[in-house]
Order: sequence, then C-alpha cells, then structure tokens
Amino acid sequence: MTSMQTRATILVGASILGGESRDLAIDGGLLVDPATVDRDRADVLDASGLIALPGLVDLHTHLRQPGGEQAETVATGVRAAAAGGYTCVFAMANTSPVADTPAVVEQVHRLGLDAGLATVRPIGAVTVGLAGERLADLGMLAGSAARVRVFSDDGHCVADAELMRRALEHAASLDAVIAQHAQDPALTRGAVMHESPLAAELGLTGWPSVAEASIVARDAMLAEATGARLHVCHVSTVETVEVVRAAKARGIRITAEVTPHHLLLTEELVRSYDGRFKVNPPLRAERDVRALREALADGTIDIVATDHAPHAPEAKQTAFADAAFGMVGLETALGAVQQSMVETGLLDWAGVARVMSTAPAAIGREPGYDAPLEIGSPAHVVLVDAAARTTIDASHLKGRSANSPFLGVELPGSVRHVWHAGRRTVVDGEVQA
Amino acid sequence: MTHARTVLGPDEIARALTRIAHEILEANHGADDLVLLGIPTRGVHLAERLATRLTAITGEDFTARTGALDITMHRDDLRARPTRASHPTRIPATGVDDKVVVLVDDVLYSGRTIRAALDALSDLGRPRAVRLAVLVDRGHRELPIRADSVGKNLPSARSEHVSILLDEVDGRDAVTIEGGVA
Amino acid sequence: MKHLLTAAMPREEAVALLDLAEDMHQIQEREVKKLPALRGRTVVNLFFEDSTRTRSSFEIAGKWLSADVINVSGKGSSASKGESLRDTGLTIAAMGVDGVVVRSGASGAPALLADWIGRPVVNAGDGTHEHPTQALLDAFALRRRIHGEASRGKALDGVRVAIVGDIAHSRVARSNALLLPALGAEVTLVGPPSLLPPAASDGTRLGVRAETSLDAVIAEQPDALMLLRVQLERQAGKVTPSPAEYITGWSLTDERLARLPGTRIMHPGPMNRGLELSSRAADSDASTVLEQVTAGVSVRMAVLYALLASDQGGSR
Repeated sequence: MTSMQTRATILVGASILGGESRDLAIDGGLLVDPATVDRDRADVLDASGLIALPGLVDLHTHLRQPGGEQAETVATGVRAAAAGGYTCVFAMANTSPVADTPAVVEQVHRLGLDAGLATVRPIGAVTVGLAGERLADLGMLAGSAARVRVFSDDGHCVADAELMRRALEHAASLDAVIAQHAQDPALTRGAVMHESPLAAELGLTGWPSVAEASIVARDAMLAEATGARLHVCHVSTVETVEVVRAAKARGIRITAEVTPHHLLLTEELVRSYDGRFKVNPPLRAERDVRALREALADGTIDIVATDHAPHAPEAKQTAFADAAFGMVGLETALGAVQQSMVETGLLDWAGVARVMSTAPAAIGREPGYDAPLEIGSPAHVVLVDAAARTTIDASHLKGRSANSPFLGVELPGSVRHVWHAGRRTVVDGEVQA
Repeated sequence: MTHARTVLGPDEIARALTRIAHEILEANHGADDLVLLGIPTRGVHLAERLATRLTAITGEDFTARTGALDITMHRDDLRARPTRASHPTRIPATGVDDKVVVLVDDVLYSGRTIRAALDALSDLGRPRAVRLAVLVDRGHRELPIRADSVGKNLPSARSEHVSILLDEVDGRDAVTIEGGVA
Repeated sequence: MKHLLTAAMPREEAVALLDLAEDMHQIQEREVKKLPALRGRTVVNLFFEDSTRTRSSFEIAGKWLSADVINVSGKGSSASKGESLRDTGLTIAAMGVDGVVVRSGASGAPALLADWIGRPVVNAGDGTHEHPTQALLDAFALRRRIHGEASRGKALDGVRVAIVGDIAHSRVARSNALLLPALGAEVTLVGPPSLLPPAASDGTRLGVRAETSLDAVIAEQPDALMLLRVQLERQAGKVTPSPAEYITGWSLTDERLARLPGTRIMHPGPMNRGLELSSRAADSDASTVLEQVTAGVSVRMAVLYALLASDQGGSR
C-alpha cells in the first residue's frame, strides 16, 4: 500500500510515547508497518533521542477570525498550532460575527482547510451573539459542513440556569458537549485578578474562587439531571477541582480542562502590572497550582487546553484594569506541561499524549486520535526533543500576536518535527509554509 | 596614603575666633544691628562660638541674634552632584532687614558657597550690609568674593584636602591638610 | 530614589524625606516663597482623573522650587480619544520634560509609565492602589502635632493610628498602612466588613490589624483617628451600608468625639461633614485637616527636589 504522489517516510529510533524505541512509517497519510515499506524508496529520518507523540489536539483556541484579524487569523493561528505540535485545534465561537450560524462555522472550517497546517474544528456558540439570552440553533450548527460537536460561549458564562439546562438537553441529543466558561458574573464585576491579599495590596479588583466553583457545582447538577455531557473550561481553583472530583464520583458526565499557564504561573506575576499576565480566569495562588497539577495527574482534570488568546499590542500595553484578558499559548503549551507535569514526575509522556491528544479529541468527537501512533491511524505525529531548553522570545511565537507570559522564560522541550495526516508541517523546528 | 598635617590646634582655633569677634565689633563700630548667620553645618557651630564671645565682650545676648542659613537649594552644582540633604534655616526674631549680617563659614575656597548664601539671604530680606567671617581661607577663588575676617590664611594646592574638625561635630577641634604634592 | 510609586520605603528614607519637607515648610512663612533648586526643570502634571486639590498642591510645590509646571488633563486630551497610556506617556516624555506627576483611575498606571518613559514619575494617586504623597503628608502633619519644632530626625514610634472608612477602595489607607508602620506607628484599619480588604492567612489586612467596631477602637484611645472620605453612592445598598447605618457604626459623631480627649483627628479631604465626621470634630482643636493641606505642599516639594534636583539620582 504505497502512495503514488508522495514517498513514504520512516522515522528511525524514536522513543514511542517516551517508552521503548521503535520505528514508525508514514505513507499516504497513515501510519503503516515499517516492515512493509521499501527502505530504498523511502525518506529515512533519524529520530533517535526524540520522543514520538501523537499530534496534539487543542479543545480551546481563539483564532480571532472573522473580526479580530489584527490579532490572529486562521492561517496565522494554525502556524502557531503547528509550531507547538498541534494537528487539530477547536476554534472558539467568540468571533465577530459570533459563530452562532452555519455560515460562520463553515467559513472558519473552510479557512482551516485552506491553511492546511492543522485541522480546524469550529466551536459553536451556545447562545445567540454570546448574549446569554436565547439559545443558538445548535442543531443547525451540528448539521453544517463544519460538524460542530462542541458548544461554548467562552469569554462569557452561560449564567442563566434555565438556558444552561436547555443547552445541555439539546446537546445531549446531538452527542455534543457544552463547554462552560464558569464565572458567576455577579461575583466578578470589574474583576481583573485573583481575589487575594495580593489583589488588595495592588488595588486591583478580585475574582473570587467561589465564582468558578459555584457555577461548576450548579452545572454538574444540571448535567446529572439532563444526562448530558458537560465540559468545564480552564479550571483554575482548588475549590473547582474538588467539585469536579465529587461530580465524577457521582457518575456525572463531566470533563474538565486546565491551561498550561494555570499549571505553571501564579498571581505573583501581576505585581508588575504587565498586561501580559492578565487572563480570565486569572492566575491564581500557589495552592491552586498544586491542586491543578495533582488533579491533572489523577484524572480529575481530563485534558490540557491552551485558551490561546491572541491580542494586538495596544490591547495589552495599557493599565492593567484596561488591558484585554488572554495569553497566547499554542507554541509554549507542551514545554509548560513538560515543566509542570513531566519534570515533576506527575505525568509520563504517555500521560501527556492522553491529556493533550487522545482525551481532547474524544471530548470533541474528533476521529483519528483514539489509537495514538498505531498502525492504521492517521499520521498525526510529533517528534519532541525533551532534552532541549529554550528561552522563549518573540521569534518562537509563530502566530500574529506576542502576548505570551513566557517571554524571557526558559522552557524545556522543543518540537522538532510534525506530521499532520502525513503532511510535514514542521521540519527541524521550522513551520512549513 | 599621605598623612594629615595639623595646621591649627584647639588653642589656635579659640584665639582666632576671639580675634574675629573683636574684628567684627571694630568694623561695625559696636554691637548695633549685628546678626550672625552660620552656614551649615560647621559654620553654624562657629557662629554660635562667636556669639558666645560677643556676648562676653559686649554684655548683650548674641545667642538671640545668631541663626543658620541653609544654602542647599541655591547651590549651582545640584544637577552635577548626588542629591544633597538640606538643613534648617533659623533666622533670629529681629529678621535681617536693615541689619548687618555676618555670614560665618568654616572654609572659604571657590566662593560659590558664599554666592549661594548671598542669594539665599536676598530671599529673606534686605540687610544693610553683609560681612563674611571664615576660619580658613585656602585661596583658589572662582568668584569675586573676599572675607572680612579670616582666622588663618592657608595657601594650599587644589590637590590638597583641608579639613575643619569641630568638637560639636567631630569630637575635637583641629584644622588639618593632607594630600597634594609633598 | 528614582521614582515615587509607593509609600513602601525604608524608615531612614521616610524620615529623610520628612526632614527635607521640614526645610521646605520653612519657606511658607517667608515673603519670597521661592527656591531656585529646580530652575530650568519642567514637570508635567498628567492627571487622568480630576483632582483640583492634589494637582494644585503639586503645581505650587513645583513652582516654589522654580520648576516650570505644565498641567495636562487626561480628560479632553488625546488620552480620552483612545490613545494608549503608553503613547500618552511617550509623547509627553518626547517633549523633553524632566519629571511626570501622574494621577490615574487605574491601579498601577504610574508604575507602567515609569517603565516606559525613563523619567522620574511621581504617583499622585492610582486607582484603588496608592497615594504615597498623601501618606507622607499625613505622617508629616502627625509628626509635627506630636513633636512640634523638634520633629527633625524623629519617626512615629509607638504612635497608634486608626484609619476608618472604606478601606477596601482607599488608596490613602493603603499608602498609610505601608508608611506609618515603617515609621514605627501601630496602624489599625476600621470599617464595615464589606469595606475591608481580604484578610491574609495571618489575619492581617494590608499587612496590619483590622477591626470592624469603631467603638472598640475608640476605647483603646488611639493617638490619631484618620477618617477617610466615604462614597456611599458607590453600589449603594448592595455592598455598602446605608448612610444611617454608616453613621451609627463608623462616623466620628459628637458623642464619639467626646470619648477621645487626646486624639488627633485627621482627614485627607474633601470632607463629607455629617457622614465621616461631625462638623464639631472637623473644626475642633484636635483636627489637623488644614495642617495636612499645608503639609501637602511641603512634602511634594521635598519629593520633587529628591527626584529631580540631581542628574545623578538620589544619594539615598
């Protein structure tokens, strides 16, 4: 079984999911048995010393198109994704216009196909215009060419309990999931950082932990009552971890994500008043970081999602209270996870593959990721040099925006090569045009 | 490292101040309208010592006619030097208008301190006359300024360092000179 | 000292600034209220928030030091037309100014400007963060009340100060909670529970003790009672008590004033007579309100001198 158009590629000596070394072969977009490939007619790549992972899947990416093209486009966003080892990203619905109609999600989907570096799966809005007043037409979005299976008002919480209940009921019938941005708006008016003694010291309005946990608790009960799937975006507090743990113990169909920045950074960074460190939910305290790492290790939190949120410089170079929320994260996610989870011994590389590829694909109903690096699967492959250490600067950020909290910070690991459905998207660390 | 040479000892300083006190009275034809203003920090202590002597000579209370004139804000080298701390200015209750103000300082050198003092004084009022008394005049004037009373003329090289030590500040009285070409 | 962004400073630095302010204070009694120390220097008062009092105080301070003072109002200027804080700062710096005094509704704005423009920046109040010259003038006025003409070189060791009001939203309280303890004073914050900032693990708030009962604190006979301006219209009734409840619990009424025979009464102004304190309290001999205003000019002269007089920066 060889392709007529492209030569086969054999990756020699990579450590599979951080374990034993074994050759991999890619042909015709699929992983094939290396023994069946004619080595004389194949490209051979020495992958010794590198770790092979499945292509990463990000369930939470802001690509900003349409409407926010000065910060990011689908084309630039998937460059950032490829540079970070991602082969599939789920594009959040808070564009302008909002992704609450088939026209918008189909446009984003098509832009992703045109860009080619990674699969782009649009997320649909839960409510019309993200206004939290009327349900969007979830069925139309699910049935569109974009096959929407994840719905979220991210950036806004679906605060109205009745709306949330109806959304869950509707999603259940579509085998879709509601991804909730859990933030009680009444408890977080004007909030710009974690509510804490530090916020009091800095004179910044605090975002209390309970504003997240209380919504998650309510939504978990609604998910139980409806039998629907609930996904919790960017869990940031120890209290929320406890609620998710209890909900899972009850058998509720709840999944949860954590961002790389919440695994690694704390509110202390806000002391500088640098808008790069403003994000929603905010960077929290040390105890939260510890709890989030443990929850990701024990499976209470299912996945890592970047919440990649590009912003133009002028949106960040202003007073902290006026700065936009959000950080870019696609390019640095794997390094942040290696530092916070692998180098601390909390997760092995197989675990990384689970939380950054297999599990997010399963939640988003993206096929082709259920048998990572196994023969017959689509050839979504990442080769990582885990021994490398890189001090992050703007040249490492391949999207349009540079609002990274890791500028000037050394992170471990380097994405050397990426194949998306057999196509090389990153070669020797360089994103292919 | 060169050794500091003592030029004046405690007795010589005391004699010099007594002579200056007499010179001040002589030039003023008596004690009328005299006000003493020391320039911080050591000039203030010298002014107080002169006041003690003038009180003893004239029988009038000169401590009430003695004050301090800070010149920090009027210096012409504020920009070029690290930030200087200021000192309090104390003006006797009589004020300075139509008085004969005797400025008292420890060393007269470039004359820039006295220039600043004259500026500072003009913001406080209009004296009838301003006189200058210094313990040491070491030359090297950069401005047309001269002292009316001098404890000791001490010709020195610019490379030399002249130190005035006073009991109130330094624990002993002495004028020393060090450095320069031997 | 390159900027004055916070009232958090070592004791020696605070005492030195207060001493410098004492020397500046002397010229207020003179006919010629002018010192040449900042001749040829240009200071911009960049006020994104209206404050005639603070702006005038800085303006007088700069002028008495012979600086050229220019007022730029954030309102009505390009700053309100969407120009970023950074561009506004860089534009003003490019005009060759020597120092910028900033008042902003946004916490941290002066710190960011200091990073961006490379000129000395004085925080004249930022959001709900700090107001360091207010704390310095409070300390100055209190030190004068206690030590009089012999204030130089002294701190506020053992002086007990209670700060009363909307602590959570007060930059005056924050700066005083930093400065006064550095000078050896014991600070207690007093206010309704909803107007106190969150407690740290050791129970302190803003690093100092906090109480909810003014009467309990009055029973301790503090040396000074500082009453903050209360803005009950802010989310009225939702997070703040009603005016009647506030007066019952936290106002310095005539009745409470009578229980404080030896306590100095301080207020940063402008006062809401009848709300934070009674007229009798405001006008009593114990009140330092006007001394605080006078102290403001002296302290701001000291700050401008310390930051701008030397090209070589502070020796402290």
